[in-house]
Amino acid sequence: MNKITRRKLIRGGVAATAGVAGLGAADRIAKRYGLIPPDRGGVYGPGETLTYACQRLLTVNRPAREFPRSMISKNPFANSIAKPTDEFKQLQAGGFRDWRLVVDGTVAHPLVLSLADLKNLPVRGQITEVACEEGWSYVAEWIGTPLSNVLREAGVLPQTRYVVYHAFEKGLWGSIDIEDAWDEHTLLTMGMNDGDLPVPFGGPLRLRVPRQLGYKSLKFVTHITATDDIKKFGKGLGSVDPEYGYSWYAGI
Amino acid sequence: MVRATHWLTFVAFIALLVTGGEIVISHPRFYWGEVGNVNTKPFFVVPIPASRDTVPTGYGYVMPDQNGWSRYLHFEAAWVAVLTGLVYGIYGVASGHFRKNVLPGRRDWSWRAYGGRVAQYLRRKPPDRAEETSYNVLQRAAYTVVIFVLFPVVIWTGLAMSPAFTAAFPWTVELLGGRQSARTIHFIDSGLLLLFLLVHVAMVAVSGFRSRMRAMITGYGRDSICDSEEGR
Repeated sequence: MNKITRRKLIRGGVAATAGVAGLGAADRIAKRYGLIPPDRGGVYGPGETLTYACQRLLTVNRPAREFPRSMISKNPFANSIAKPTDEFKQLQAGGFRDWRLVVDGTVAHPLVLSLADLKNLPVRGQITEVACEEGWSYVAEWIGTPLSNVLREAGVLPQTRYVVYHAFEKGLWGSIDIEDAWDEHTLLTMGMNDGDLPVPFGGPLRLRVPRQLGYKSLKFVTHITATDDIKKFGKGLGSVDPEYGYSWYAGI
Repeated sequence: MVRATHWLTFVAFIALLVTGGEIVISHPRFYWGEVGNVNTKPFFVVPIPASRDTVPTGYGYVMPDQNGWSRYLHFEAAWVAVLTGLVYGIYGVASGHFRKNVLPGRRDWSWRAYGGRVAQYLRRKPPDRAEETSYNVLQRAAYTVVIFVLFPVVIWTGLAMSPAFTAAFPWTVELLGGRQSARTIHFIDSGLLLLFLLVHVAMVAVSGFRSRMRAMITGYGRDSICDSEEGR
């Protein structure tokens, strides 16, 4: 057993001071570059922040994996959805002609778009994998217009840091950071494989976020809000998922 | 350093094991290749009820869903394990711990050395004097596999399941043959690590649980390898 010498004490003190100063600097840098997730509180905050910060830095300008057409799953699995309400059934009976996407928040021109309006924007397809947090996955082709087109159309303001999206069912909502929102693969999806996006898969409109797990790809999207302050939404955790114990960021 | 990282890894590993088990319960089916779901043929199925009613298990019983906190804790514990492993790895190389105590020595590259030590265990003969300050061939082989194969592979396959990580480094999952292969290897590897843990604890128990524990925690003990290293 070694005795605590003066040299050891000084060395330890310097190391501790440097450590605290380093953490302080890291915190400032992380805040400045948006590397801290909204659900940073609690015992799981440090792990969540490390994961989000590292993956945010790693994925800058790195698109989601795409697959050849031959790898499209023959029997994709649509996870269970809530029983459609009468209001939804009515819209479905009308071929979703009256489905509207509201775009508001920190934008120069708030918009109300029909599916036809969305289809008039540049449309693209992508063959990406849906991976559920439970472990299963499938590959499909998703067709729609990148969210970035809608943000550009609405004139999203420079202070915007998050894009919040709401589902038809009240209380179901999520958000992504501005980096993911501008990603060309973040797709307002209206078609799947050879046809319209089926209702069990989120039709008529699903926001695909392929660099994150399936639960970030919200089904039945009706409303998009750009914001500079995510704390204003729900309990301030970035989406409804942390309120049920699931992390806001789902890149892993 | 060896003791501190050992116990940090122990805590993180137990957390990973428990939460990993909880996550498996939500879909106890394993596949090979890129994709797999209840509509595809599984590679194998763990015969337990699932925590989701969408998985056909034949039990007609749905377990409570614990995935939320399990996932949060799994990834936080993974950070603890990885960062601890990093410190241990750097220390192991820099201090010569790997060369001196972990990697098999030159004379250990023969079946005879292993056979001899197995026989010694079976006859319950007391360990040689050399084992007072270092590990024997069987221990070295086990520790080498755990440190340089099982842990790196479990980290790799874990990362290969992350859609963000694989966007940045697609080859990490493509080399494994796909996302579901990565998940299956991750599960099997975790099983092997659990097996190691059980044997490891059993060996500690056989050789005198209290004295061994004292040595593993404090570094004291006449025949403690941890002591010989720390007291350099």
